Amino acid sequence: MTTLAHTLTDSRTMFRRQLLHLRRYPSLTVMLIGLPVIFLLLFVYVFGGAVGAGLGGGRDAYVDYLTPGILLFTVAGAVAGTAISVAMDMTEGIVDRFRSMAIARASVLTGHVLGSMVQIFIALFAVLGVALLIGFRPTATPLEWLAVAGVLTATSFALTWFAVALGIVADSVETASNTPMFLSLLPFLGSGFVPTDTMPTALRLFGEYQPFTPIIETLRGLLLGTGIGNSAAIALGWCAGISLLSYVWAKRKYNKRAAS
Amino acid sequence: MSTTVTTRPAVSVAGLRKSFGTKTVLDGIDLTVTEGTVFALLGPNGAGKTTMVRILATLLEADGGSIRVAGHDPVREADAVRAAIGLTGQFAAVDKLLTVRENLRLMADLNRLGRTEGRRRVDRLIQRFDLIESAPKPVSQLSGGQQRRVDLAMTLVGNPRLIFLDEPTTGLDPRSRVEMWQIVRELVAEGVTVFLTTQYLEEADQLADRIAVLDHGRIVAEGTPDELKRQIPGGHLVLRFADPGALRTAAAVLNVTNRDENALTLQVPSDGDIASLRAVLATLDGVHVAPDHLTIHTPDLDDVFFAFTGNPASTDEETR
Ligand SMILES: Nc1ncnc2c1ncn2[C@@H]1O[C@H](COP(=O)(O)OP(=O)(O)O)[C@@H](O)[C@H]1O
Ligand SMILES: [Mg+2]
Repeated sequence: MTTLAHTLTDSRTMFRRQLLHLRRYPSLTVMLIGLPVIFLLLFVYVFGGAVGAGLGGGRDAYVDYLTPGILLFTVAGAVAGTAISVAMDMTEGIVDRFRSMAIARASVLTGHVLGSMVQIFIALFAVLGVALLIGFRPTATPLEWLAVAGVLTATSFALTWFAVALGIVADSVETASNTPMFLSLLPFLGSGFVPTDTMPTALRLFGEYQPFTPIIETLRGLLLGTGIGNSAAIALGWCAGISLLSYVWAKRKYNKRAAS
Repeated sequence: MSTTVTTRPAVSVAGLRKSFGTKTVLDGIDLTVTEGTVFALLGPNGAGKTTMVRILATLLEADGGSIRVAGHDPVREADAVRAAIGLTGQFAAVDKLLTVRENLRLMADLNRLGRTEGRRRVDRLIQRFDLIESAPKPVSQLSGGQQRRVDLAMTLVGNPRLIFLDEPTTGLDPRSRVEMWQIVRELVAEGVTVFLTTQYLEEADQLADRIAVLDHGRIVAEGTPDELKRQIPGGHLVLRFADPGALRTAAAVLNVTNRDENALTLQVPSDGDIASLRAVLATLDGVHVAPDHLTIHTPDLDDVFFAFTGNPASTDEETR
């Protein structure tokens, strides 16, 4: 077998391992769905009337406005789980076993990334389902839905690799569960929950230039037909950049920790 | 074509050094492990045993020295070494969220055994390691001894010819310890080379063909168990008698001078096995003296260290 074939086989094996974890511990996935759903309901029913009026609609207008941001919030919350499970592997003996075997080095990490992406998509479907139930009315064509799936895939891929790196550098499972928390804040510090124009200048500037904003704008445009402009290109650029840097960082730290 | 029958060493190490920061952990180690034998690295906590194993198993790079494991360099030919070895580390390297069978299946897949061969080998290991009842349970629900067995079974899925066992019985109850010893003996009978570390002289004595004593990063003694034990004065019987007359008669007939008149005890060199016990008692019978009480002192790690370093075995864990 070639090296590439080995890499594929080993990554598939490690992916299966993560799927077993998912099946064995569904409560984690339920928790990852629960938080964004609570936020969705809270924002729509508590603030929705007032904010929706400001947007020139009502509560229904706000459901539409809010859902793309909630989807991103779902992804950001789910990757905290990735960091935790990577850190658990790193602090227990199992990683030494993997490292002392003649297997493709990064396959453990690839397994975590693919497993987490499956989990994220389960969560996204559930959250989207609730949004549709409470009045989310997307206007996307099938092709646009496909593009939505593509953007969410690229985003999840980038953020899971980032979380994998955080999980490796964390010196404990505890740290690993705390560090990715700032990701969950990012949708708030941008156009995720309310438009940025009413924010103080510094915050507004941060909101306009942080990576989550173009992703949210792209999703919003695809789902609801608002203007996308160059957001899609910027969003994909961010995703590619974060993926690449995180992958390199994760792999280097994984090998380094192997050697210390 | 001619075949040359040379016994290539499974492990050979010369001048191996390793420090962490300013702390020197291994300070010029030389050792050779012959294929098909059991080699025991004996030392107290903090001696550097785990560091040694991690270097040989490609997990850690040495600072200096030359190392061959299964004929390869663990740094430059890491994958060749990894393909030849199996490692059972000091702490269980199992996926606690998965069941016993799933853990073994994972190893079969990572060894790329294929479906049928993988299943066959997993089933055989489950039987051999007495894990049939535990097979469908998550590893987190098993006892320490059982987890240790799963750990070793996982190491064996890939059929390694050289295995490293880092303190395989530390923390196990006596029964699990004896079971582990039995498993090691079976592996050796199959031709597997075993490199094990231990804090117990008895364990090294029971299993090893050769023992090296590690103290503060240096090998202070090396040889067969018998060679080492001959140099350890620790093994003896303590006989206690009812009266000074009996004590003196016994001392005379056993030809020992090491007696304590106050405690009425006599110290007789012995390695503590049944045959030598019988001989001592038979000699006493011959002069119609019977001890009131008898204790056996088998040499332990402290005796070893006292013999070779003049100090008791000191643990050297950094205070953290
Ligand atoms: N990664 C590390 N960084 C710093 N010191 C270490 C590291 N690993 C081990 N040590 C130190 O090296 C010494 C030997 O440790 P170790 O090889 O684990 O001993 P043993 O296995 O014989 O108990 C100890 O003093 C330990 O604190
Ligand atoms: Mg140790």
